[in-house]
Amino acid sequence: MNVVAPVATDHGRSYTPPYDVDTFRKDFPILATPVHGRAFLDSAASAQKPVQVIDAVRRCYEAEYANIHRGVYELSALATRNFEAARETVRGFVNAPDASEIIFVRGGTEGVNLVASSYGAKFVGEGDEIIITYLEHHSNIVPWQLLAERVGAKIRVIPIDDRGELIMEEYEKLLNPRTKMVAVTHASNALGTIPPIKQIIDMAHAQGAHVLVDGAQGAAHLAVDVQAMDCDFYVFSGHKVYGPSGMGALYGKRALLEAMPPWQGGGDMIESVTFERTTFAPLPNKFEAGTPHISGASGLAAAIDYVTKIGLDNIEAHEAALLAEATARVKEIPGIRIFGEARHKAAILSFLIDGTHPHDVGTIFDHEGVAVRAGHHCAQPVMDRYAIPGTVRASFALYNTMDDVDALIHAIGKVKEIFN
Amino acid sequence: MSSELRELYQEVILDHGREPRNFGKPEAANHHAHGHNPLCGDKVTIYLEVADGLVRDVGFEGSGCAISMASTSLMTETIKGRPIEEAHTLFRHFHDLMTGSEDGAGEEVDEDAFERLSVLSGVREFPMRVKCATLCWHTMEAAVKGDQTEVSSDE
Repeated sequence: MNVVAPVATDHGRSYTPPYDVDTFRKDFPILATPVHGRAFLDSAASAQKPVQVIDAVRRCYEAEYANIHRGVYELSALATRNFEAARETVRGFVNAPDASEIIFVRGGTEGVNLVASSYGAKFVGEGDEIIITYLEHHSNIVPWQLLAERVGAKIRVIPIDDRGELIMEEYEKLLNPRTKMVAVTHASNALGTIPPIKQIIDMAHAQGAHVLVDGAQGAAHLAVDVQAMDCDFYVFSGHKVYGPSGMGALYGKRALLEAMPPWQGGGDMIESVTFERTTFAPLPNKFEAGTPHISGASGLAAAIDYVTKIGLDNIEAHEAALLAEATARVKEIPGIRIFGEARHKAAILSFLIDGTHPHDVGTIFDHEGVAVRAGHHCAQPVMDRYAIPGTVRASFALYNTMDDVDALIHAIGKVKEIFN
Repeated sequence: MSSELRELYQEVILDHGREPRNFGKPEAANHHAHGHNPLCGDKVTIYLEVADGLVRDVGFEGSGCAISMASTSLMTETIKGRPIEEAHTLFRHFHDLMTGSEDGAGEEVDEDAFERLSVLSGVREFPMRVKCATLCWHTMEAAVKGDQTEVSSDE
């Protein structure tokens, strides 16, 4: 049974995208590079960058660069204004109430580590429980394990069914008064599953637990509204939303961020320092020790402006069409097993070809000009759940086309030609 | 299909990948080591029965891509019954074949044995896959040394 309704039974020929994909595609210089660039289907690992982002980073260094929050000179003031304007752009992107609730971090991983360390130090003690899910990336597992080991807390895991959907009845059973934190992905990087995030958050809050949403995959494909969601923390990586790597953001509710102790110490996060005592800067600087990724902020803001201009709803609709087409056509090929058939799914197609290992498939695909991820996707527990070493994962982004789906299907044919 | 791909996935390799020889643990094994490629998840355990400087028996367990399974299968076939010193020499030559290094230069090697391993020479054109082919050899060496720590192939 097709759980994703195919939009095109004529191999996408009648498909009209909700925006002019071919024009926007031209904004990505790397996609015009012939080397390995014919069908880039690994944007879930990291997305390519439009010229608008590249230009923003270049402009920062060429004309607007100095350290921020320090100099009295105009160039430093300009750099500071740009940096804080980027924070405001991120605030708007996730619809946070206030820009001071946006903490710049290296990426989603650092965001989770910040919360696990700082929130954990304040709110999680011996015998307390942290709920995660089978869908999590290692970055939303390991920081919680480190915390649990440190304070004697316990990790509980929401299981998934064969489709890759969370079993909500099990979640309900896991919740109890000792639950302090529920850490859940906005969209699974390995299976594509989009969990019922609002329901998960409401159930956690009813038990007095807080919720961190890992938006590493979600933010590039789904409109994010942290107020409507009512999550306590949301983290995402800039490089997956077409921005620079090494730059991301953490949103946290003000009351929590204020109650939490600083994470890293250093410059920029203090109010006053003597050798006896240090008082800390107000939000957001309290959590931003040291010189940050200044050009990264400019690049991230440009990336957000870019996807906002196209419209995340449009991007989501286009990616859904590509996924539906790819899913329908892959299912027509005998001997392929798809992993992750949740009813609500991001544009990720994870599969195995009978009698082949994902790495051999990845090598052959590469030779056919199709870039995919092959392996466990830093989500080993979910691979163990299906008792497989890994999968081949094709992921779709705003610049992918039906031609890329054709290339994927063609490459699968090559694998079968070699291995059968 | 490109000649590079055809060279990589020769029939011999596909055959050994599908039906690896010497799969399983020999009863009299007195050395073993685990190998793991953290990047792609290949896992292998090499078992050796070594006596009087000879590899009397060898077997393996594990899972991985066609290249790693075939390379392990071919290695076991090649070193079985040989002096352990020859196994080390073969590895140096095989390593040179994979990477273009010259660690085994000037050393004599059994030509028939080396030729059998040479079906993997196509891997050289795929630097990302060299570690798939060499993991079993690194693990075999660790087993001989009695080194019980897990081998991580990262070259």
